[in-house]
Amino acid sequence: MPTTTVNATRMELTRLKKKLRTAVRGHKLLKDKRDELMKQFLDLIRENRDLRRRVEEGMMRAHGSFTVASALMSSEMLEQSLLYPKQSVDLNMKFKNIMSVNTPVYQFSTRSENSGDIYPYGFATTSGELDGAVDALSSVFQDMLKLAQIEKTTQLLAEEIEKTRRRVNALEYVMIPDTQYKIKYITMKLDENERNNTIRLMKVKDMMLEQALEEKRKETAAALKLFENE
Amino acid sequence: MYKIAVLGDRESVLGFKALGLDVHSAETVEDGRKILHRLAKDGQTAIIYLTEQYAAQMMDEVKKYKDEVMPAIILIPGKAGSMGIGMQNITDSVERAVGADIL
Repeated sequence: MPTTTVNATRMELTRLKKKLRTAVRGHKLLKDKRDELMKQFLDLIRENRDLRRRVEEGMMRAHGSFTVASALMSSEMLEQSLLYPKQSVDLNMKFKNIMSVNTPVYQFSTRSENSGDIYPYGFATTSGELDGAVDALSSVFQDMLKLAQIEKTTQLLAEEIEKTRRRVNALEYVMIPDTQYKIKYITMKLDENERNNTIRLMKVKDMMLEQALEEKRKETAAALKLFENE
Repeated sequence: MYKIAVLGDRESVLGFKALGLDVHSAETVEDGRKILHRLAKDGQTAIIYLTEQYAAQMMDEVKKYKDEVMPAIILIPGKAGSMGIGMQNITDSVERAVGADIL
């Protein structure tokens, strides 16, 4: 129910009708947007879960090897071994537009040509476990990057879906019924005015007729009197 | 060109150095928080991998960047193992979008 008073005028009615048309159209479009976003979101979220599970398992394996390596080597040695990485990663970011949500697409390139040769240290002074740890990390890295992309995308989509859902609901349950009520109110008010007017006119006509009749009657009476007197 | 940063306690993130990532180790959560803000604001870092152990204590900061395109803060398990926060985040996303946990 609208709390504000509405001007019961024809102009206001036209304005409200136009507003209702826009609202209904917007509601339909937003609903379609929400449905499409939801579809994309649900596909992505499943992938996100699988990927996260895989990454966490891979990370745990790498951490396990790393812990053993750090037990076998002194921490200074360990740090020294990893101090100057052979490889470096360049990340390129592009944007993909999913239903007007800008989502990131990451592309990365490694600077070293040989992907098998990633150990930044000599093998003489380091433990084999360290190789295993670095290996495990580099194998999980592809998935980690994909996880970053998908997880960010799902976060952004979730935000947009929430927003769209609120808008759809606001239109559906507040804006449209409100406008419809107002339109109905104005239509009824205008009809009422119309009837008022008609009745008034009829009344005036009656009164005028009566007046005319009265005048005629008087005239006749006067004429009759004149006639009788003669 | 963007950078990929890894943030966490020293032992958890040291291995990523070998991959050529931008590794930042923080001794305390307070340090971590500062580094996180610095990385997020520099406009160069597109992805920040953050260990769950630290993330658990700076949830507000993590949430703050959730709706921004850059940086993507992705939680990874630290050396102590997964705390399930990463998975919980996914469930939260679902709840946020759908209104209920439907998975």
